[in-house]
Amino acid sequence: MKAALAVLAREFRLALRSGGGAGLGIAFFVMLVPLVPFGIGPDPDRLAPVAPGTLWIGALLASLLSLDRLFQADSEDGTLDILALSPLPLEGLVALKALAHWMTTGLPLVAVAPALGLTLSLPGPAYPWLVASLAAGTPALSFLGAIGAALTVGIRRGGLLLSLLVLPLYVPTLIFGARAVVAAAGGQDPLPAFLLLSGLSLFILALAPFAAAQALRVQLR
Amino acid sequence: MGFRVTDLSCARSGRAVLRGVGFAIPEGRARLLRGPNGAGKTTLLRVLAGLLAPSAGEAELDGARLAAEPERYGENLAYCGHLDSLKPQLTVGENLRFWAALFGGGPLGPAVAAFDLEPLLDRPVHACSAGQKRRAGLARLLLAPRRLWLLDEPTVSLDTAAVARLAAAIRAHCAGGGMALVATHLPLDLGPAGEGPGAGPVELAPVEAAELATGADGDPFLTGSWA
Repeated sequence: MKAALAVLAREFRLALRSGGGAGLGIAFFVMLVPLVPFGIGPDPDRLAPVAPGTLWIGALLASLLSLDRLFQADSEDGTLDILALSPLPLEGLVALKALAHWMTTGLPLVAVAPALGLTLSLPGPAYPWLVASLAAGTPALSFLGAIGAALTVGIRRGGLLLSLLVLPLYVPTLIFGARAVVAAAGGQDPLPAFLLLSGLSLFILALAPFAAAQALRVQLR
Repeated sequence: MGFRVTDLSCARSGRAVLRGVGFAIPEGRARLLRGPNGAGKTTLLRVLAGLLAPSAGEAELDGARLAAEPERYGENLAYCGHLDSLKPQLTVGENLRFWAALFGGGPLGPAVAAFDLEPLLDRPVHACSAGQKRRAGLARLLLAPRRLWLLDEPTVSLDTAAVARLAAAIRAHCAGGGMALVATHLPLDLGPAGEGPGAGPVELAPVEAAELATGADGDPFLTGSWA
């Protein structure tokens, strides 16, 4: 327990200090979404239908941005070897690092998403579901990303390969997440899509640490 | 009790790096690991740390076998590689406190005193010199008690005073019944820990380049047996 808290505290410190990835995702999100009205015009009737998808794609790309350093930084300075030898199981370590990534990257995205929804004229009833679907879906993005980060840990400039590996895995999360918001915006019942999204997230949260830890073991060899 | 390596072999990318390595370290003894560049010193230490899988052979630490009980084997050893395993953005103190918490160690005091880190505790690691980083990295050894130390070139970038501090730390570790295997090209004053039966350096000879790995672990394509 003490070891787990130490890992979390260290991840937060590293993310917030210079060179950490905490500000990166949120800055990207806040820059990207307001560009959409410039691109397709300010007409609310045209913006509102694309708002849920735009917000979800923006959040997805933003959370991808800082993922390539998730294990790579630790691998370069030798920390990963020592972490692998620590009493903490590698699966637990991966889960903690992915959790810290979500709290420093995903959670801020959830917090600013409603404000960005305003710039896209997202209809009123959709806001609670936007927040709920991002809160339920973004942890899955961080945990799936951990698998990609573990697979590309030994590769210089592995960021692009990471995106190629991980983006297809993000598709189901994107579909159900955006679907819940679209349904709420259109006056339909968003619950079925939201429940599928939550179930998918839980499935990923349960399995991804094992997959990522196994990938890391192969990379350490 | 003690540490024993029997007939250890390891292959990397289809090439045999270690072949039939065997030696023992009795309790309270430190042995140097010597061999020319490319003899496989780093590979041997990584295998013994449990980071690489051997293709054959066994290592046994206080009765716990590497292959059969990796957890029980691993909880008794500390490994220091080429890299210092420090985060440049954090201070020396933050780095040490993290490792202490992770490895269930006690207060930083003894480790800080042994490697003279008191003036560096609040300095970010990126502002430290290579030798200062090395000392901070080695201090990790003293944060939590471990029976066996595996040190890969620990003297690199250390000045003579720091090398003496390292040697003193190894002597104190062995005086308490600990064991150490140290890959280094420098003469290291190990005192009584380096004397007596079963002490002396472990010599590692490079495996002939022509000797290709065979067996289940060797890649059949690279070893040529595939054709």
